[in-house]
Amino acid sequence: MSIVTVQLGQCGNQIGFEVFDALFSDSHCPQGLCSKRENEAYQASCKERFFSEEENGVPIARAVLVDMEPKVINQTLSKAAHSGRWKYGQHSCFCQKQGSGNNWAYGYSVHGPRHEDSIMNLIQKEVEKCDSLNGFFIIMSMAGGTGSGLGAFVTQNLQDQYSSPLKMNQIIWPYGTGEVIVQNYNSILTLSHLYRSSDALLVHENDAVHKICAKLMNIKQISFRDINQVLAHQLGSVFQPTYSGEGSFHYRRNPLGIDWQVRPPLSRLPTLGKMSLNKEFHFNTSIANLVILRGKDVHSAELGAFKDPALYTSWLEPVHAFSVWKTQRAFSKYEKSAALVSNSQFLVKPLDMIVGKAWNMFASKAYIHQYTKFGIEEEDFLDSFTLLEQVIASYCNLGF
Amino acid sequence: MTQSVVIQVGQCGNQIGCCFWDLALREHAAVNQKAIYDEAISSFFRNVDTRVVGDGGSISRGKICSLKARAVLIDMEEGVVNEILQGPLRDVFDSKQLITDISGSGNNWAVGHKVFGSLYQEQILEKLRKSAEHCDCLQCFFIIHSMGGGTGSGLGTFLLKVLEDEFPEVYRFVTSVYPSGEDDVITSPYNSMLAMKELNEHADCVLPIDNQSLFDIISKIDLMVNSGKLGTTIKPKSLVTSSVGAFKKRQEKPFDAMNNIVANLLLNLTSSARFEGSLNMDLNEISMNLVPFPQLHYLVSSLTPLYTLADVNIPSRRLDQMFSDAFSKDHQLIRADPKHSLYLACALMVRGNVQISDLRRNIERLKPSLRFVSWNQEGWKTSLCSVPPVGHSHSLLALANNTCVKPTFIELRERFTRLYRKRAHLHHYLQIEGMEESCFTEAMSSLSALIQEYNQLDATKSMPAEELPRLSVAV
Repeated sequence: MSIVTVQLGQCGNQIGFEVFDALFSDSHCPQGLCSKRENEAYQASCKERFFSEEENGVPIARAVLVDMEPKVINQTLSKAAHSGRWKYGQHSCFCQKQGSGNNWAYGYSVHGPRHEDSIMNLIQKEVEKCDSLNGFFIIMSMAGGTGSGLGAFVTQNLQDQYSSPLKMNQIIWPYGTGEVIVQNYNSILTLSHLYRSSDALLVHENDAVHKICAKLMNIKQISFRDINQVLAHQLGSVFQPTYSGEGSFHYRRNPLGIDWQVRPPLSRLPTLGKMSLNKEFHFNTSIANLVILRGKDVHSAELGAFKDPALYTSWLEPVHAFSVWKTQRAFSKYEKSAALVSNSQFLVKPLDMIVGKAWNMFASKAYIHQYTKFGIEEEDFLDSFTLLEQVIASYCNLGF
Repeated sequence: MTQSVVIQVGQCGNQIGCCFWDLALREHAAVNQKAIYDEAISSFFRNVDTRVVGDGGSISRGKICSLKARAVLIDMEEGVVNEILQGPLRDVFDSKQLITDISGSGNNWAVGHKVFGSLYQEQILEKLRKSAEHCDCLQCFFIIHSMGGGTGSGLGTFLLKVLEDEFPEVYRFVTSVYPSGEDDVITSPYNSMLAMKELNEHADCVLPIDNQSLFDIISKIDLMVNSGKLGTTIKPKSLVTSSVGAFKKRQEKPFDAMNNIVANLLLNLTSSARFEGSLNMDLNEISMNLVPFPQLHYLVSSLTPLYTLADVNIPSRRLDQMFSDAFSKDHQLIRADPKHSLYLACALMVRGNVQISDLRRNIERLKPSLRFVSWNQEGWKTSLCSVPPVGHSHSLLALANNTCVKPTFIELRERFTRLYRKRAHLHHYLQIEGMEESCFTEAMSSLSALIQEYNQLDATKSMPAEELPRLSVAV
């Protein structure tokens, strides 16, 4: 089962490169800490997911690269080609000359419709190379213009055109203090649109990853390359193959097969006023947790603490909310490694902050003329605010 | 990759323009060692096979044959343009891209705008269309002029309306040299006021410059160079004021040093669009991020470093010093006090070996001393370009949309009023066809309205940031 990756904008393309590099390096890592047969099964599974048949021995990433200006894609293509170990398809990229100017409206309303056919054709070609398509992995940032605006447009198209494969968006949450001044506007517009067309939003916050580089890895002068590599490492440890069932030795064929559909109880939820966010949480309340263990002693790992009902919302049994995937094959030379993917309240505070700042700016009407110029009206902003306030409220209510 | 066209108007505009092309060539020569015509260099230059007569000579890739600047040179006197065409840059300019006259505008905005405007409108349009045709994807016009004279001020602003009508999708970035208090042109307040109205209405973005600030920067550098202090040997090419020929102070024309500063401003402004980096910033992002309301498009610029000392070790303290300097008045290209006024938005364009953590550390450090408007408390736009300017390991250009430009405009209004009240020299303007008193009064109201916008924003400075009630939704 294969995954087609769509890399959008500067951020999406820079990260996409690091992800494929991490996946490739890990799958060809000699110290798998497992049997040769197992290692080969792992490699084959990884290859099927992320790379397609090579011509003259070099695997080609199953990816489509999209950007509205050429500098980053050119760099990405050449970095991959220079490594000599894997590369991107020669005709897998779509590029224009003039970027989106950090303008969500331009990415969504101008570039989107204008280049819809070309981009969807490229994706279709990549899909046709797969024996069986499991889903799409769309890498984009929220703060800029292309990743955010065009990314939202493309995701919508993917939903229309490919209804059953999973659409998972990797979104990059910008630093709290400006990378882009209109980042909060771009973010709320992106999130509200993705909420309607994406199946899962995998979030990485620049601030959080930056802290990892500074505090856990002690990097003195942190570059975006460092940040992207940490991110790629995390994603690799989630997406690399794992066993499909307890005791089975076949790697699961459905890498994104988490059932993220959460059905709240049909009985009426207690009506609550807007909960104060200052209330101390003892735990982040979750609706789903997935632990992925790789390496030595995976079968004897003690995971009871993850099944504590206190971690989960009152209308879910831990057994329905918690899953674990394992493989003895070590990831990226780490003897033991673990990853946690969580659908919980962790994003409420950051989301609330972004909505608050965007709302504040919206009240003064600052920068709105830049959006209305391209067809995104005040009403569209209001719709986005409404949807996101509902999301925040829903997540807050989990704690009861 | 996009292209930009530079339109240099009047004496000041052409002299600055000339320095710009000089330094642009130097910069690209330093980066592009193999002399291949690449996308970066195509943003400002065409590659032409000079053996081909007429228009067919453009070469889009491969080795550099002959570079031609994407420029239009306009002056109503011949002196400056002739000098350029006889100087070392003569081959860089396409002789067909010139518009000159002999009589000059007599420091009269009305002559530049009305008389020469209508006289040369067709020619101007033709040259502009030609230069646009030579571009694959034209993104921006850079107009360089001064406000106080006749040609740059009058004809330069006439151009803006033409550009807006003919190329509505292309950005208009204007570099305007404002007259200082001791300006020797008596009518400069009239010219500047009339030009301001045009800038208000037809420019996307204006970078105001004043000669006094440029002069102060030069004095500061001279002090450094001549101080003879230990360890203060300056790397020649690194002076923000130097031309290609480094230290030849005597041979340089008097305004060259000052013009080079402005030229460097333009180079740094476009660096992230031309060269690669980990966080790119294109020209359309400048307008998007720094112009919250259409009328408020005046940006205060400051450049650092002004020079690099020859001793090689650059501890990170030096890097942080660069950020501090960008917010010091000594490095600004216009006299203003942003620290005591209100920031609407701020952009930091960094070049060289600087990483995101350096940027963040400095923003955190400098933030507390700067006042941002309540609806844009974290209003920073940043970019990282990997290629440093010639002679430096890193540099920083700060662009601020700040209410500190207000005093400049108020002062302009006062100088204008002093003259206008006495109706001094007014007849020189009114005798030009198309000029009436209403031109003056309208220009005044336009400027007053702008000042009022800044006043309203300043009034919010002392108010506490209020928590606006959020939407309440049913779940």
